[in-house]
Amino acid sequence: MLQVSINKELPYFDLEVDFQVDNNQILVLWGPSGAGKTTVLECIAGLRSPSKGSIELEGNILYSSLYNVNIPARNRRVGYLFQDYALFPHMTVKQNVVYGLSNCKTQTGESPALNFTTVLDSFGVLHLIDRYPGQLSGGEKQRVALARALISQPQLLLLDEPFSALDNQSKKNLRQEILRLKHDWQIPMVLVTHDEEDSRLLGDIIISLHKGQVIKPGARREKRITGTSVESKPGIEFIT
Amino acid sequence: MSLTNMDLTPYNMNMLIHLNDCFPVWLSLRVAVISAIIVTITTLPLARLMEKKRFWGRDLLEAAITLPLVLPPSVVGYVLLVLIGVNGPLGQLFGKFGYSVVFTWGAVVMAATVVAFPLMYQSARAAFASVNPNLEKAARTLGAGELRIFFTVTLPLAWPGIMSGFVLAFARALGEFGATLMVAGNIPGQTQTIPLAIYFAVESGDKATANTLVGIVTVFCFLLIFMVNRWNKRRLH
Repeated sequence: MLQVSINKELPYFDLEVDFQVDNNQILVLWGPSGAGKTTVLECIAGLRSPSKGSIELEGNILYSSLYNVNIPARNRRVGYLFQDYALFPHMTVKQNVVYGLSNCKTQTGESPALNFTTVLDSFGVLHLIDRYPGQLSGGEKQRVALARALISQPQLLLLDEPFSALDNQSKKNLRQEILRLKHDWQIPMVLVTHDEEDSRLLGDIIISLHKGQVIKPGARREKRITGTSVESKPGIEFIT
Repeated sequence: MSLTNMDLTPYNMNMLIHLNDCFPVWLSLRVAVISAIIVTITTLPLARLMEKKRFWGRDLLEAAITLPLVLPPSVVGYVLLVLIGVNGPLGQLFGKFGYSVVFTWGAVVMAATVVAFPLMYQSARAAFASVNPNLEKAARTLGAGELRIFFTVTLPLAWPGIMSGFVLAFARALGEFGATLMVAGNIPGQTQTIPLAIYFAVESGDKATANTLVGIVTVFCFLLIFMVNRWNKRRLH
């Protein structure tokens, strides 16, 4: 279970979010570019720090302004799929995927080598282990990046705009893939997208973010009609 | 003597190309290698720090580091002389150990290092900046500490830029003249580098020595640049 309640002062607006995600749930952060969605992910992962608030994962405090706790990213057990996949171009697929293994101990005590083959095979990229990222297609890169993020058994998976560079068929495949991951890995997932359909189909919880604030669907429509700025209220929006 | 209508006999060749004293070649190479290494070791952590951390006075420090690049070499030489001269702060420090740096080959290394430093620093900064920050972020989420990230992600990817910087620094150290003359003088067999030897050979009409040294340096630098460019191209697949 992930619990996030943070504030962050950004150059053009203040970011304020408050939500929780159970294991086996997908939370979708939806909104236009520049709304602060990636910043939320980076704060959860420990790559950036909020101004104040708290972040808890599986009962462990990752960040707390109250208790002055700020666990560094490397110790947070958070898997992160970057928008550009961020595969190390100077390493083979195999080296990329095992990069995280030497930094941690697997929970089950399984030998990493066994784990490695199984995981790569489940993502359908075992045959690519000696290739370099430059020799892979977009879809292959994404699957390798997912394998790399998940192989060290993180307690949470963050996905930043995973659908953005895909065609329709690949999008459909990825949606199925994400639902499979949800079932197989049983960890909370936070997914950032600006696509309405993806959020509708995948999100157990959907949060709309606009200029750093969580908004209700109604408020945005009012903004357009009256042309005046409406005070948006922070809060969790559940859309079924 | 006219070069165009002269027969090239061994005697005549000896008047065109001849090297009495090989010392400048060995000194210059030694100094350039040592300076380039010192410069690389000191600029890499500095460039990394300046890239990542924001602190008060960072821009001032940046300007100070770049200064030897734009100042006339004689100004650099003068400042160095003030510092390491017998009455200067560093000079007095060395004096306590019974060592006088000025007019020794240590001063040659110092002059070469100071002028080569900003070249390597700028190359290193640019090289580190060219590494996709998401790669370092990804490494962090995968559990790597900052030192591991630096050696396994940042440095390998910045390597071509750093290598180019090393070659530039080496070439600059090899060619340093003005500052060297001021702090080390032109003492044959002790501090006479190739550029100094060339200058004074021309002054004294010793064209053979001048020609030889110019030839050696030109061919050497050309081969260096040529090989580095080839190596860079191959790295990009």
